[in-house]
Amino acid sequence: MEQYLYIALFAPLVGSLVAALFAQRVKSLFVGIFTSALIFISFVSSVILLAYVGEDRVVHVEMMEWISAGHITIPFGFVVDQVSVIMMVTVTLVSTIVHIYSIGYMEHDEGFNRFFTYLSAFVFSMMILVMSDNFAGLFIGWEGVGLCSWLLIGFWYKKHSASWAANEAFIMNRIADLGMLLGIFLIYWHVGSLQYDVVFANISNVDINVVTWIGILLFIGAMGKSAQFPLHTWLADAMEGPTPVSALIHAATMVTAGVYLIVRSGEIYALIPDVGMFIACLGAFVAIFAASMALVNRDLKRIIAYSTLSQLGYMFVAAGLGAYWIALFHLMTHAFFKSLLFLGAGNVMHAMNNELDIKKMGGLYKAMRPTAILMGIASVALAGIYPLAGFFSKDKILEVAFNDGSYFLWFALFVGAGLTAFYSFRLIMLVFFGEKVHEKLGHHPHEAKPFMIYALMPLALLAIVAGLFGDSFHEFTTQLLSDYEFTISYTVVYTLIVATSIVALSGIAFAVYKYRRGGFSEEIEKWWVYKLLINQYYIPKIYEEVIIKPFTTLSKFAWLRIDMKIVDFTVDLIAKTIYSGGEKAREMQSGNLSSMLRWMVTGIAILLILAVFYRLVEGV
Amino acid sequence: MITLTHYLVLSGILFSIGLIGVIRRKNILMLFFATEIMLNSVNIGFVAVALYYGDIAGQVFALFIIAVAASEVAVGLGLLVLYYKRTGSINLDTLQTMKG
Repeated sequence: MEQYLYIALFAPLVGSLVAALFAQRVKSLFVGIFTSALIFISFVSSVILLAYVGEDRVVHVEMMEWISAGHITIPFGFVVDQVSVIMMVTVTLVSTIVHIYSIGYMEHDEGFNRFFTYLSAFVFSMMILVMSDNFAGLFIGWEGVGLCSWLLIGFWYKKHSASWAANEAFIMNRIADLGMLLGIFLIYWHVGSLQYDVVFANISNVDINVVTWIGILLFIGAMGKSAQFPLHTWLADAMEGPTPVSALIHAATMVTAGVYLIVRSGEIYALIPDVGMFIACLGAFVAIFAASMALVNRDLKRIIAYSTLSQLGYMFVAAGLGAYWIALFHLMTHAFFKSLLFLGAGNVMHAMNNELDIKKMGGLYKAMRPTAILMGIASVALAGIYPLAGFFSKDKILEVAFNDGSYFLWFALFVGAGLTAFYSFRLIMLVFFGEKVHEKLGHHPHEAKPFMIYALMPLALLAIVAGLFGDSFHEFTTQLLSDYEFTISYTVVYTLIVATSIVALSGIAFAVYKYRRGGFSEEIEKWWVYKLLINQYYIPKIYEEVIIKPFTTLSKFAWLRIDMKIVDFTVDLIAKTIYSGGEKAREMQSGNLSSMLRWMVTGIAILLILAVFYRLVEGV
Repeated sequence: MITLTHYLVLSGILFSIGLIGVIRRKNILMLFFATEIMLNSVNIGFVAVALYYGDIAGQVFALFIIAVAASEVAVGLGLLVLYYKRTGSINLDTLQTMKG
C-alpha cells in the first residue's frame, strides 16, 4: 500500500514540475491534460487507499529523516488513516475536476501553462498538509497551500486589485500562522514530540493551562486559513483569482484546512471544552454574519464566497462541540456542492464576458440550461433540502447544537439556514430567471464547452447522493475519531429536521416569490441595514482606518526619518568620508619623482618617530 | 681622540646632506650624487661600528655596498644617457609620465 501513498502524494508534484518546464512557453494543451491525468492518478490511488483503510487498517510510512539536531528529531512521515484518507479523496476528486474544467476555462489565457503549474503545486501542498503524521509536516503543507493561494489569487498580477488581494490573503494568513507556529512550539516544549500519536498520548499529562493555550493558538492558525472572524476579509477579496481557483482553494480545500486541523487535534480539544465552546460560538457567529453579507451583495463570486464563510462557520460549530465526524462530513459534502456552484459561476462569467454583477444578468436559463441545472442542484444542496447532500450534513450540525443544550447556537444556525436558502435562490433567480438585463448591455451569452459541463457531472452526482452515505461515513471515521453521543429523542430530531426544512424551504420560496416579481424596490438600498451589509459591516473600512493607515504612517515615518535620516545617513557619511579622503590623497600621485621622494621621506620620518615613541612607551 | 660618536655623527651629517639633496635636487644626475653620498655615509657607519666591535662583518658589508653602488651607478648612468638622448632633458619635473 505504500506505493499508492507515494503515488497519491507525488503525482501532483511531478505534474507541477513538468508543467513548470513549459511555464514560459506558449499555451500547450498537453500541459493541461498531463497535469489533469496525474491528479486523476492521485485520485485513483486515494480511492484504493480508502478501500484499504476502510477495513480498519492504517498506512504509516516514514519516508526519511528530516530534522535531526540534538534532541529534536522530526521525520518526513506520512499517515493515511480514516481522517486523512477522506481529505485525500475529497481533495483529489475536486482537484481532478477543477483541472479538467480549467483546460476549458483558461483556454484563452496566455498564462495557461503557468496556471497548471500552480494548481498542481497547490494539490501537492494540500496532500502534504493532510497526509503528514506530525505537526511540522502539517505546517509545511499549511505554508505551501498559503503560497500557492497567493500565487493563484494574484494570477492576473498585472491587475492591481488582484495583486492587492493576493497580498491581503497572504498577510492575513501570516498573522494567523504565527499563532499556529507558537502553538506547535508549545506542543514541542511540553510534550517533546510533534508526532500526532505521541502528542495525543501524552497531552493529558500536560498542565491544563498550557493545553488551553495550545488549543487557542492552534485555533488562531485555523481562523486565518478558514477565514473566520476577524480574519475573514481576505476570502471575499480572494475572488479576484480565476474562478477554478476559487472553486478549488477558496471553497473546497484550503479554507477547510482549519477545520481539518481542529478535527485532527480533536484529542487536544476534548480536554478543553471551554475553548471548544468558544470555537462553536465564533463559528455560529460567522455562519450568520457571513450569510447576512451574502444577502445583499451583487457580486456573483462574492456571494458564493460569503456562503463558503458561513458554511465554514457551521463546520466549526460541529468541531467545537466535539462532533468531529460531522464536521468532516459537512466539509466533504460542502466541498462537492460548493465547488460545483463556483464552477457553474465560472460558466456564467464566461458567458457574460467576466461581468460579475448579478443585477446585470437575468434570464440566462434559456441560453445555458445545463449550467443552470447544475447550479440549481448545488444551491438546493447548499440550502439543505432533502435528499441532497447539504441536508444530511447541515442538519446533523443543527442537531449537535441542540443536543449540546446550546440553544442560542442552534437558533443562530437555524436562522443561518433560512438566510442560506434565501441568498442561494436570490442568486439563482437573478442570474437565470427574470428580466434579461444583459441584453440591454449587449452581452450574448453562450453555454460553456460540453466537456466542461461533463466534468461537472460527478460533482453534481455527489452533491445529490453524498448525503446518503452518512451512516457509512460515520462508521468509517469513528474508527479513529471519537464518536458523538446523541441524547435527544427521535421525536425531537424529527421536529428539528422538519423545522429546519421548513425554514429553508420558506427561504427559497420567499426568494423565488420576491424575485419573480422583479425583486425588492430601490428603496431598500437607502435603509441603514442595507448599507451596513453592503459595506460588509464597515469592517474593511475599519481595518483600513485603524490598522492600515496608522501602519502606513508608521512605516513612512520609519522610512523617511529613521531609515533615511539615521541609518542611511551614517552609512553614506562613512562612504563620503572615504571618498573625499581618496579624492584628496589622489594629489599625492602626481607622477613627479621629486614629490614622491618627499612623501617617502616623510613616511620614513613618521615611522621613525613612531618606532622611537613605541620604544619609550615600552620602556626598554 | 676620535671616538665612535664622531664617526656616527659624521655619518649622520652626510646622510642628512644626501637626503636633502634627494629631496631638493631636480637634476637626475645630482640625485645620483646625493644617493651616493647617502650610501657612503652608511658605509662610514658600518666600518666605524665594525671597528668598535672588532667584527669584520661590517667592513665586508661596506665593501659589498660599494660594489652594489658602483654597478647601480653604471646601470643608472646608462639609462640616464639614453633618456637624455631621447628627450634632451634630465629635469625631474618634466619626467611625469606616471601622473595619476
